[in-house]
Amino acid sequence: MNLIELHHIRKYFATQKAVDDISFQIEEGSIFGLLGPNGAGKTTLLRMITGIFYPDNGEINFHGKKFDPLNDAGNIGYMPEERGLYKKMKIGEQALYLAQLKGLSKADASARVKEWFIKFEMESWWNKKVEDLSKGMSQKLQFVTTVLHNPKLIILDEPFSGLDPVNANLIKEEIFKLAKSGSTIIFSTHRMEQVEEICDHIILLNKGKKILDGTVNQVKQDFKENIYRLGANVLPEHLMTHIFEVVKHQPDQLLLKLNEGTTTNNLLNYFISQDVTINSFNEVLPSLNDVFIKLVEGTTNARAFQQI
Amino acid sequence: MNKIGLVIGREYFSRVKKKSFLLTTILVPIVIIAFYAIIIAITIKGGSEKRTVAILDEAGLFNDSVQTKDKSASYHLIKNETEASYIKKYKDAGYEAFLYVPKFEPSDVNAKPKMVLHSQSSISLSTSGDVEKLVNKSIEDKRLQAQGIDPAKYKSIAADVDIENTIDTKEGGKKSVAGVAYAVSFACGMLIYMMMIIYGTQVMRGVTEEKTNRIAEVIISSVKPFELMMGKILGIGAVGLTQFAIWIILIFGMQLALPLIFPDMLQQLNDSASAGGKAAMAAEVAQGLSSLPLLKIGASFLFYFLGGYLTYASLFAAVGSVVSEDQNEAQQLIFPILMPIILGFVIMTKAINDPNSSLAVFGSLFPLTSPIVMMGRITYDIPLWQMGLSMALLIGCFLFFTWITGKIYRTGILMYGKKPSWKEMMKWAFKKS
Repeated sequence: MNLIELHHIRKYFATQKAVDDISFQIEEGSIFGLLGPNGAGKTTLLRMITGIFYPDNGEINFHGKKFDPLNDAGNIGYMPEERGLYKKMKIGEQALYLAQLKGLSKADASARVKEWFIKFEMESWWNKKVEDLSKGMSQKLQFVTTVLHNPKLIILDEPFSGLDPVNANLIKEEIFKLAKSGSTIIFSTHRMEQVEEICDHIILLNKGKKILDGTVNQVKQDFKENIYRLGANVLPEHLMTHIFEVVKHQPDQLLLKLNEGTTTNNLLNYFISQDVTINSFNEVLPSLNDVFIKLVEGTTNARAFQQI
Repeated sequence: MNKIGLVIGREYFSRVKKKSFLLTTILVPIVIIAFYAIIIAITIKGGSEKRTVAILDEAGLFNDSVQTKDKSASYHLIKNETEASYIKKYKDAGYEAFLYVPKFEPSDVNAKPKMVLHSQSSISLSTSGDVEKLVNKSIEDKRLQAQGIDPAKYKSIAADVDIENTIDTKEGGKKSVAGVAYAVSFACGMLIYMMMIIYGTQVMRGVTEEKTNRIAEVIISSVKPFELMMGKILGIGAVGLTQFAIWIILIFGMQLALPLIFPDMLQQLNDSASAGGKAAMAAEVAQGLSSLPLLKIGASFLFYFLGGYLTYASLFAAVGSVVSEDQNEAQQLIFPILMPIILGFVIMTKAINDPNSSLAVFGSLFPLTSPIVMMGRITYDIPLWQMGLSMALLIGCFLFFTWITGKIYRTGILMYGKKPSWKEMMKWAFKKS
């Protein structure tokens, strides 16, 4: 079942078509990657999903019903890209306050905050102020306040920026756990290696339009260029054949691009006939980074102001 | 609705729990009381330094010595000098000033002697006034004697009438004291003026802080922007009321406690009040206060403080939502908001003296100035229709401003980068949501 469905969402600003006719669905319990270069319209789209902005056009359905920002707010946790916390407020009180704003009772909020603080080893922070925290620490706090109320939909905009590998891993583990327990996660980032590791499904935005939509594997399959890696102990010096082209030649490894109309069996037969002892052979799929660059490259980097 | 309560609570407690709140709230009345105490102490002890004035009397105005009741100055007659020669000496002789009285006939009614008061730096008004009084009295005495009138007899003839103003109410006549009514009006107007600016700018800074910290984005995903804005305004307003309440309690408490702490003080006060001075004055102030409709003043003060604060706070919130960290941007936008507040203060000072002038009536009806100006008229009898219209206009203005600024706030709080122009803000304000 789809947790959230967007139908032809459009949001124009005075000089920008920030989001231009975007539709997609997110399945419940999945981790969804929202990708795009700077200024592609990701934040605007996320703000519409959190109810901060109203779309000019189109419809958002949440849990099978029309999205109602006021009543559904308690089911959404949003961690914006630019972190926001009250600097002068005590950390424990702040977490309680944000949880209560999401509709938890004071007793519930207090219990949850304590539970998460213990989980993240933050108990000693309770009476400190946010201004006393390092960037990574406040990041952890922000993550906790986002997921405290156990929302159905968690929106994370660049959640790992500024975190060291240990803390990044801690949060990554939590994201997986939350997804496993049924929460749906929208994950927005430029860091493609994280997307490949975490996300099930991605869409790519550019200039306010959706230019790619699919599961990570599907996207990789769609953009593959028939490149294979072949490892062998001894490789012949000269390889002259119409079956493939050599992309990269290393002493014990070859990167080969299969020509049209040939299969991997043709390729393997060729090497066997050359009496090469093969010890590894696998397909090389493009990384999301490659796909991203291929799709976005060439379009003007920063968006120009346009007349609407 | 529950959520706006949470916002109000946070705004309120995060301020009230701060040490600086406690400090200013408690320190301000202490400073006021200490100020009182110092003034009283100085008046009891009398002037610290005596002014010394040398007089070269060529007209024989003063006989052998200068008789004066003025304790703050001493006058000495100089002999065997001329004006030109003594000008060089009086400073070294320890005199602050030197009065030259040329030769003339004091008993001649048409004499116009040219007297000069020499000093090293410009002399204070009170000194020159005292000297003038001294000289005039001496000349008058000489003239009285020349006419054959006994100065003591003349003094007993001179009239000195006090006219007392009684306000006739249903409960009977009450003695009114103009000075007390004036002071109460001015204090109320001044307080509203200060509180509107102090708490208004607090609202503005709070909004800007939320915007630049990006916390607004997190909160607006769970609370309506309007609720966040109103929560902040109401929370800070409650802080203001709390501060008032503490001040009132403290000031009354201190005034009760002061005589217990310094039992001598009252005694001294009574002693020095020989010529019907301080004690009589205190009684008069108390009488003046009791003649005022205190309940009406208190209720109106509360209404106009809240009305004025709420009206302006929403404007300050809108300004806070459109500016970024740059303080200069805020300064530019605050200016048009401060203008009517300052204007109100100016009209208020006029309204105290002339409460039924057309300017005062206009100022107390126009909702941007009425919270302050009405305080200037509050001790007088204001026609019921004016009071009602003024209150209705203020409430209407508050509702209208909140509606408009709520829209500016909603857009501004999520906009980063360039400050929007007036035109853009107007567009946000009147855009249909």
